[in-house]
Amino acid sequence: MYQIAKNDLPALFRKISETKELYLPVRVADQVNFAAYTEDADVSLETLKTVKSPKDAFFPQSETLYTCHKEENKLSITPEELQNQEFVVFGIKACDVKGIEVLDKVFLSEPVDTFYKARRDHGILVALACNEPEESCFCKAFGIDCTDPKADVATWLVGDFLYWNPLTEKGAALTDAVKELFAEADDSAVQKQQETTKAIVEKLPYMDLSLEGWNGDVLTEKFDSPLWEELYQPCLACGTCTFVCPTCQCYDIKDYTTGSGVQRYRCWDSCMYSDFTMMAHGNNRTSQMQRFRQRFMHKLVYFPANNDGMYSCVGCGRCVEKCPSALNIVKVVKAFQKEGGDK
Amino acid sequence: MQELVNRAKELLANGTVQRVLGWKAGDMAYNPEPSYFESEADLSEFVYDAFCGANLSKYMIEASKKEGKTLVFLKPCDSYSFNQLLKEHRVDRDKAYIIGVGCKGKLDIEKIKKEGIKGIESISGIGMEDACDTLKIGTLYGDKECSYQDVMLERCHVCKGKDHVVFDETLLESRDTVDSERFHEVEKIEKMSPEEKFQFFQKELSKCIRCNACRNVCPACSCRKCVFDSTKFDSAQKANVDPFQEKMFHIIRAFHVAGRCTDCGECSRVCPQGIRLHLFNRKFIKDINEFYGDYTAGEDINQEAPLTHFEFSDREPNEERG
Amino acid sequence: MCDCHCHDNYNLDTLIPKIGIITEITQQTPDVKTFRVNAPEGGKVFEHLPGQCAMVSVPGVGEAMFSITSSPTNKEYQEFSIKRCGVLTDYLHTMEVGDELTVRGPYGNNFPVETELKGKNLLFIAGGIGLAPLRSVINYVIDNRENYGTVDILYGSRSMDDLVGLKEIQEVWAKQEGINVHLTIDREQDGWDGHVGFVPSYLKELGFENNKTALVCGPPIMIKFVLAALIEMGFSKEQVYTTLELRMKCGVGKCGRCNIGSKYVCKDGPVFRCDEIDELPAEY
Repeated sequence: MYQIAKNDLPALFRKISETKELYLPVRVADQVNFAAYTEDADVSLETLKTVKSPKDAFFPQSETLYTCHKEENKLSITPEELQNQEFVVFGIKACDVKGIEVLDKVFLSEPVDTFYKARRDHGILVALACNEPEESCFCKAFGIDCTDPKADVATWLVGDFLYWNPLTEKGAALTDAVKELFAEADDSAVQKQQETTKAIVEKLPYMDLSLEGWNGDVLTEKFDSPLWEELYQPCLACGTCTFVCPTCQCYDIKDYTTGSGVQRYRCWDSCMYSDFTMMAHGNNRTSQMQRFRQRFMHKLVYFPANNDGMYSCVGCGRCVEKCPSALNIVKVVKAFQKEGGDK
Repeated sequence: MQELVNRAKELLANGTVQRVLGWKAGDMAYNPEPSYFESEADLSEFVYDAFCGANLSKYMIEASKKEGKTLVFLKPCDSYSFNQLLKEHRVDRDKAYIIGVGCKGKLDIEKIKKEGIKGIESISGIGMEDACDTLKIGTLYGDKECSYQDVMLERCHVCKGKDHVVFDETLLESRDTVDSERFHEVEKIEKMSPEEKFQFFQKELSKCIRCNACRNVCPACSCRKCVFDSTKFDSAQKANVDPFQEKMFHIIRAFHVAGRCTDCGECSRVCPQGIRLHLFNRKFIKDINEFYGDYTAGEDINQEAPLTHFEFSDREPNEERG
Repeated sequence: MCDCHCHDNYNLDTLIPKIGIITEITQQTPDVKTFRVNAPEGGKVFEHLPGQCAMVSVPGVGEAMFSITSSPTNKEYQEFSIKRCGVLTDYLHTMEVGDELTVRGPYGNNFPVETELKGKNLLFIAGGIGLAPLRSVINYVIDNRENYGTVDILYGSRSMDDLVGLKEIQEVWAKQEGINVHLTIDREQDGWDGHVGFVPSYLKELGFENNKTALVCGPPIMIKFVLAALIEMGFSKEQVYTTLELRMKCGVGKCGRCNIGSKYVCKDGPVFRCDEIDELPAEY
């Protein structure tokens, strides 16, 4: 394990960004999101949760796939270049690391999404352990230890130092490149901080959230529950929950006609939107109740059914904080729990 | 608050209303959700406190299609939205039983968190009865305090007034919350140079993730099908393909609600990226006031709306530009 | 570029299409045209199996999933029968021979012509444009006649003019040994001396024995009543195959749109056996 003084972090960021693009939490117009490092970036490592998860580093909100040119009636296609430079995502939290694992299940399963894979191959994840989890956090329900993130490098901010522990080959290579800024360290300070944080995790209000009864085998029972009709009522049909979510991966493919050719791009989509399933001749989900149900059924039933029980939720709590109508996955799980208990 | 529950029970029991539209207590101190209550038993979860900022008037569009009357609780500012919807024939007055509820200023949890308060377990001083000047906040990291006034929603600092413009009856006392000049922020932007203005909006709007929360919560956005949802339109919903489109979405929306926006502030409340969307709308309100005389959308349903009413003496806004 | 070798292993993404050139257009009905598509250098754009689909697109207009109506036994070209019903299909109907479009695929599963269907008596039941995916199977069966038992084709449309591929049905299929064609139209019409009535009721009138495997394709309402009729006639759900159609964008089970229960129609379908459909939530 290595350490570097907090005051020297700008030097570390500068050093990394000399050879690689570096993404980290940056405050822009009062909001913290992952963004490219620049000399004058207002880096905010103290922010527990960026508004959006860092999934855009691998699955951008909008990306061009290819461009079509037409001459007379002849078409030609120029695929977009794949990511070919290494880049570093610094400060990603344990829940969001797990979120990328969820995305991997989708994009790296056959047929592999090469745009995503190229980014995964070239991306180096430097995770930052959480020190002060908040009331909306429930990563523990998904078996995540926020004090011990598993990425290419794990880091901890304790007192005046950042502790740095490479965990993979990629992490070791990155470490070698910046080692001159580090001093060797033992892990006693980290361990102490981990204990303190774990004690807080135990006190979090959603700590006891139980996902018992949510798996691929309960499809019909959960789908047919009358609870959905009650739960969806305040839903505004916006896409906030899906866009701040680290695991939501639905996308749309659209065309953008430029002066020179048509760019076919993909962009995040939301199952909450009314046109998500609309076809030229009909729509199989016509009510917001159905769309609301789809989101949670997908996360808690359909996804685990296809992925050995892995949920498509990591308990980051962003939906808990951001839904305009104060709806969220925790309320859904609790409502079903209560219903089960009342029977 | 118990008064509201009691009255709702009475109105349900005597058949005046078939359901109640209010707020249901959340699982945390600050996350109540808009909710329908159909029975006395349901009402045990009813809540009305400083975090009931959600404006329920837009829900009345759907409620107007339901059988029988809906009892809806409207705060003073919400009643302007309801009135405006009434004027636009989007809600049915006969389907609504309106209890105008008092308001002591609604709180913005984001502002509390901006004060550095995290791990919130409880907040006291948010009830209508015990609303006080200082909030006591129990957190995982110790007890904290903050000033009620400091963490109010932006809209409350420039409140239109505590009188309801439409109601069947009113309940609960209000308190004055105004401590800022409504158009002050707009004036600050007006004074910027064109480059500064552009940069200001560029920075704000580049945060937009096109989640459509602002549009979907907006009582003035009541089109059955929004132009941005049309599949025949290149920037339908979804993400921005270039920075221009995010501006276009917000600018078109601001134009579309101009003269109808009651300045309820819901757009800014719900924006996950904290974009100060109300500034667009407020600029239009300020201009309309200056060009056509003071006008408050939703205040009086019989008043001619400035942008849909023409007189030969009307000035041309372009005269002002140079 | 970094000095890694990752790129050596990257295939062209499945979302990147190939170019296809329209080599023939047949007006089948007032609103259905069949487009013959070849690779620009000749030959087929790719190989497929009966029942599989492809994403056809006109850049700048749109992209959508269509079933490939030609049989894989056709070694020269692929065909798509496309009904005019939206922005993209409207545009496709204005295209001419020699115009280019993009095609990617094939996507989805196929009718199990080489496994479960082999050696079986087959009953094809189609309504309107629903004949398109089944045509691929019918021609496959004709080209491998020895592998299958009796073949009955029950096909209906709104009117005589709406029967897709009538020429092929009458001049090729009906003339094959061991293949019986039963046509019907919804309402009486001058010049039509065949059966009049909806497909499900004609099916009951014909009263097939249940020693067949049925392949059903058509509008959802037709499928619903045909299925009920088949059950009434003693067929089990394991004996009936159909196709589902939902909005699709990626074609590879990732974009989330055609997700229904734990299935993705684009990847796990479009062909489902009816007992499999019963396990899906009622959302199709």
